[in-house]
Amino acid sequence: MNDRQRAVLRMAQPVKKATQRFAYVGFVVVAVALMLFGKIDTVVVERARTLMTDAVAPILSTIARPVDSISAFARRIDALWGLNAENERLREQNARLIQWQAVARKLEAENQALRGVLNYEDRRAVGYVTTRVIADTGRAFAHSLLVNAGNRAGIRKGQAVVTGHGLVGRISGVGSRSARILLLTDLSSRIPVVIEPGRIRAILAGDNSDRPHLIRLPPGTNLSPGDLVITSGHGGAFPVGLPVGVVATVSDVGIKVQPFVDRARLEIVRVVDYGLVGILDRETIDERPVTVTPLPARDAAVASPEDGFPPVAINPVSGQITGSPLP
Amino acid sequence: MRRTLGQRLDTMTRHSLPALFTLLLVVLNMVPLHIPGIARIMPVLPLIAVYHWSVYRPSLLPPSVVFAVGLLHDMLSGTPVGINALVYLTVYGIVVSQQRFLAGKPFFVVWLGFAVVSLIATVETWLFVSILSSTVVEVNAAVFQFMLNVGCFPPLAAIFLRYQQAFMSGE
Repeated sequence: MNDRQRAVLRMAQPVKKATQRFAYVGFVVVAVALMLFGKIDTVVVERARTLMTDAVAPILSTIARPVDSISAFARRIDALWGLNAENERLREQNARLIQWQAVARKLEAENQALRGVLNYEDRRAVGYVTTRVIADTGRAFAHSLLVNAGNRAGIRKGQAVVTGHGLVGRISGVGSRSARILLLTDLSSRIPVVIEPGRIRAILAGDNSDRPHLIRLPPGTNLSPGDLVITSGHGGAFPVGLPVGVVATVSDVGIKVQPFVDRARLEIVRVVDYGLVGILDRETIDERPVTVTPLPARDAAVASPEDGFPPVAINPVSGQITGSPLP
Repeated sequence: MRRTLGQRLDTMTRHSLPALFTLLLVVLNMVPLHIPGIARIMPVLPLIAVYHWSVYRPSLLPPSVVFAVGLLHDMLSGTPVGINALVYLTVYGIVVSQQRFLAGKPFFVVWLGFAVVSLIATVETWLFVSILSSTVVEVNAAVFQFMLNVGCFPPLAAIFLRYQQAFMSGE
């Protein structure tokens, strides 16, 4: 390097530093602006987020698979340790469950007979999409998962996500090949629930802790640990009766609920399409302003019982009931 | 002395890998590990990368890349957009302004520096998430996350240092 080049470099150095500093301040300003913009226009941000998620989904899906296999292998090794004790426990449980099976069969037959009498139309799930969890995102400050199926597989915003144990959360964003699940523990999750026994209505509010809490309880309600929390179906966002969790602690601070679903164990989840449109989806509102406001008559009936009767009691077929369906 | 095309490509690759790896770390950080309890307090691994390269080679991680890393993190994680971008830029700004103090110091001092910076980053994230969601976000998980951040620093930093020794020692 000769003297001239060195002189040029020496002169260029402060200029370069100033540009760097200018760029730094510029990016800080852009970051703050984005924060404000994200608060004002959620639709554009949501769309950008979905695009980005869709782009990264294949990578995540590829990495998640071997990690899943490793954790499954570790669990198998772990299971080998207590094999004998586990066998014994399962045998006992099996004996107990056979009794329950008999009870369940009897109840199912009785249920069917009563439904026949009441002319009750069952609103079962329209369809399931089974999908793999490819990312657990957000960490301490947001609770959401990504799955590797999107609107190509028929997933829509607002659908309920379940496992065999109970409710996981709801779909909060959908791309073409990925979707985001808002867990029921997330800060912004609000789920209408009822608590058994007593059919007490409340809202299950997430707060980024492992145990969401109950709000909007009627004054003077008395709950105790172990009470069952299920979805109520109010607002038409979720179907009625999905198991959510049990009341864990009751204190002055609030009532905490322990969800049935363990976040760490989620590998495969099911997205359920119950054909409900009640969720406040901005896009549906924009496109079809009429469909969202009035719920179908059946849903209105579901939402109305105050006295603890199942929704079928509202069905206007009382003429048949008078014949006393009970044996 | 003019360098050949191959040499220039080689330098370019070696210089762009830290930035690419930092971006990849954002994605890797979100792979579900299926360890009970880890999900809520998973350490923010990209923070370690941003800190390390700002201390030793800030030229490899210009503000634009730091911003991109933060934005990718925001988009994928579901936190309000812009928060992590701002947090990473803060970390970058602090470190670069203190670079004379940190560079060349024993590992323990650099680690301590990370603990301080990580604490600032955690408080900043907590503050902005609380403001933007207009509630006081639970602190417990954030505290554990901070501790795990500090605990995860040595192994990751060791990998980065090895990379520096292997591919950049001659510069």
